[in-house]
Amino acid sequence: MTMPKADTARGGALAWVASVDHKQIGILYLATTLFFLCVGGAEALLLRVQLARPGNTFLSPEVYNQIFTMHGTTMIFLVVVPLLIGLGTYLVPLMIGARDMAFPRLNALSYWLLLFGGLLLYFSFVAGGAPDAGWFSYAPLSETAYSTGPGIDYWALGLLVVGIGTVASGINFIVTVVTLRTPGLSMRRLPLFVWMTVVNAFLIIVALPALNASLVMLLIDRQLGAGFFAATAGGSPVLWQHYFWSFGHPEVYIMVLPAFGIVSEVIPVFSRQPIYGYGFVAASTVAIALLSFGVWAHHMFAVGLGHTWDIAFGATSMLIAIPTGVKIFNWIATMWGGSIRFTTAMLFAMAFLITFTMGGITGVSFAVVPVDWQLTDTYYVVAHMHYVLFGGTLFAVFAGAYYWFPKISGRMLSERLGRAHFWLTVIGFNATFFVQHLLGIAGMPRRVYTYPDLPYWGAMNLLSTVGAFILAFSVLVFGWNVIASWRTGELAGDNPWNAWTLEWATTSPPPPENFDVVPPVNSRRPLWDLAHPDDPDWAHAGGRDG
Amino acid sequence: MSLDAPFDPHSRQALAISHLFVITMAISAVILAGVTVLVLYAAWRFRHKADAPRGAEPRQRFGRPRLEIAWTVAPTILLIVLFGFTIRTMGAVDPPVPAREPDVVIIGHQWWWEVRYPGSGVVTANEVHLPVGTPQLVRFQSADVIHDFWVPALGRKMDIIPGHPNAMWVEADSAGTYLGACAEYCGIQHAWMRIRVLAQLPSEFAAWQGAQLRPSVLDTADRVHRGAQLFQQMTCASCHAITGTAAVARIGPDLTHLMSRGTLAAGVLENTPVSLSRWLTNPDAIKPGSHMPNLQLTPENVRSLVAYLETLQ
Repeated sequence: MTMPKADTARGGALAWVASVDHKQIGILYLATTLFFLCVGGAEALLLRVQLARPGNTFLSPEVYNQIFTMHGTTMIFLVVVPLLIGLGTYLVPLMIGARDMAFPRLNALSYWLLLFGGLLLYFSFVAGGAPDAGWFSYAPLSETAYSTGPGIDYWALGLLVVGIGTVASGINFIVTVVTLRTPGLSMRRLPLFVWMTVVNAFLIIVALPALNASLVMLLIDRQLGAGFFAATAGGSPVLWQHYFWSFGHPEVYIMVLPAFGIVSEVIPVFSRQPIYGYGFVAASTVAIALLSFGVWAHHMFAVGLGHTWDIAFGATSMLIAIPTGVKIFNWIATMWGGSIRFTTAMLFAMAFLITFTMGGITGVSFAVVPVDWQLTDTYYVVAHMHYVLFGGTLFAVFAGAYYWFPKISGRMLSERLGRAHFWLTVIGFNATFFVQHLLGIAGMPRRVYTYPDLPYWGAMNLLSTVGAFILAFSVLVFGWNVIASWRTGELAGDNPWNAWTLEWATTSPPPPENFDVVPPVNSRRPLWDLAHPDDPDWAHAGGRDG
Repeated sequence: MSLDAPFDPHSRQALAISHLFVITMAISAVILAGVTVLVLYAAWRFRHKADAPRGAEPRQRFGRPRLEIAWTVAPTILLIVLFGFTIRTMGAVDPPVPAREPDVVIIGHQWWWEVRYPGSGVVTANEVHLPVGTPQLVRFQSADVIHDFWVPALGRKMDIIPGHPNAMWVEADSAGTYLGACAEYCGIQHAWMRIRVLAQLPSEFAAWQGAQLRPSVLDTADRVHRGAQLFQQMTCASCHAITGTAAVARIGPDLTHLMSRGTLAAGVLENTPVSLSRWLTNPDAIKPGSHMPNLQLTPENVRSLVAYLETLQ
């Protein structure tokens, strides 16, 4: 295969704009998503200030509704999904000993579609008002009869642009991993981060088209008056919900699987043991991916689909908890008997185990249909999804950031600032979101710009707001750590953690061509084998291929 | 003090959910505690010791399938049990509904509730009166977008979807006022689409129904008379109905017995003459974005209208 000529002259804005190098594109992804994380975080703070006390008038309902819609849309489509894709873009070729992604130009296109899709979405603020129908834009509220401004059109177009880029990334990951693995690196020897990125890529190319098609239908409804989702025109609002969630639930796993991959790299290295039960961890990922296509209607238990459907989707939703639970036990077993180094990366990975479990078990309460009938569309859902996406995915991403930053920058992040970042995050996160479970149980619906002064509601909301500011401060500490360490951090060397996968076999940062020589791969941990010729993994049945 | 929460059930349905919720929470708490203890214990027990020889690595362990099968099967059994409870509870929480005329029809509007009793012909808004102890068959309809009827103390929530009529049984086991709200985001004033269920002893319910069916008696004071004229002349009558007058529109709440209700604007204000004049003077200051227009009424006209509306007991 011929590679497009990489623009190897580093530095200079044009070199970045014109780059087809996966490392530069990966860094662009990470920088862009960090920027949108700050935007979405600032939006969250505005929401929390408005909710700090009952009857507050800091934001008008009109603005509040735009901001909560943009917060959700930003965090999901412009932060969590592309953050994980960006990390994969940087790491996957290195982890499989490849020179670049299989389609470098397509890779660049995916990134630029993300950036411009995001900008198109945000352009709505100056073009007549941001979208305000929530991140799942239920019809008929999203139809022109009830959303007269252009906000929803920008929402649909922006997400369509981003979505096309995401599908392209999915294809690129699959082709890259299938075709460009270094000799000896069989599919059963893939690092788990790569394995989960591939499974994720399959989820993307199956799920995203459902979203893209429904966005087009919504646009046809709004621009040409087709009425797919308008009951008054013979369409069905419930149809939109089926379409959206048949994408939307796999999307949840698109936002979580690569995070599982990060944790599956970090915990072994800092426990100084191989992942416990590689086969179970990998296979359970496939099980989650398959099941994730059969659970969408648990978002719709209050629709009144009938008990038969509710029971069926309740059952599949409970099933999906099993392969997820298996992973938690395997990660704990990886720590068992190890020699654990409490680096910031490991602290975040361990906190992930607990907070993600919390998000997982509150998820099970939505599979218990009658409990869902009480708690759906309340702050309990808000708490649950943040335990999954922040306490789960973002905790894992922070673990990955401390773990791979030395590879990307050539310098170590400060462990001192890292610890401060970690504890502030844990405290701020739980202060913000734990109490939201109780608010939901106490009867507070989600997506309200204000609330009546009922017993304890004001106090619980105030606590959540204070937590949100602690959390925002923790992100500032992280940002400062990244900026300061990039310039003056301790030099990392090739392999500061004594890790075992191929990305650590090259310099930090890697040269444009990634590797001078890719080491031989005879097991899942090629660098362990090199360092321990007396006890290589390939000598163990469990280490060779499982 | 009532929290009006799922943990404070006031119907058989809500009680069944509450029991199931306690079981779910108990199982969840055990799992979370177990995972937390295991993580913290492993972290402490297997921490790197400062006196360990340099470069020494622990014995490398790759997994034991038998153990892993065990921790796959154990949660599966737990979930099967929970699933059994789920199915058993569903029937109790949401019994089948017959295909007969409902006792109550609740119509969701942006951002208020129309409540109709087809049997008696009573029409009211933002408050549902129920006789204690008799399950009421309630049908839900939407006038515009998707809403959701949710009164936590009484049971499940139910979406109100255009073109997709839903029905369920609603009952209360003791007299009282139960707070609820629209639980599906429905636009700018979703937050102030609150509903109150007033469960009454059967005799009180019958008395209330009787009073609602009687036309209001107009006071003959000049101001009231002028208010009644204004109501018809200004645009009030193009959206609101008052039985016994020419106003029959169904766009906004029926006002025939306005003063018998506890709140204004679906829960924003307590229903008093003072709040009524604030509401008429500038609805946008009270509930921004609501469909009630600001008619630029003079203070004198507001006083007359309020005087008239106050008679609608």
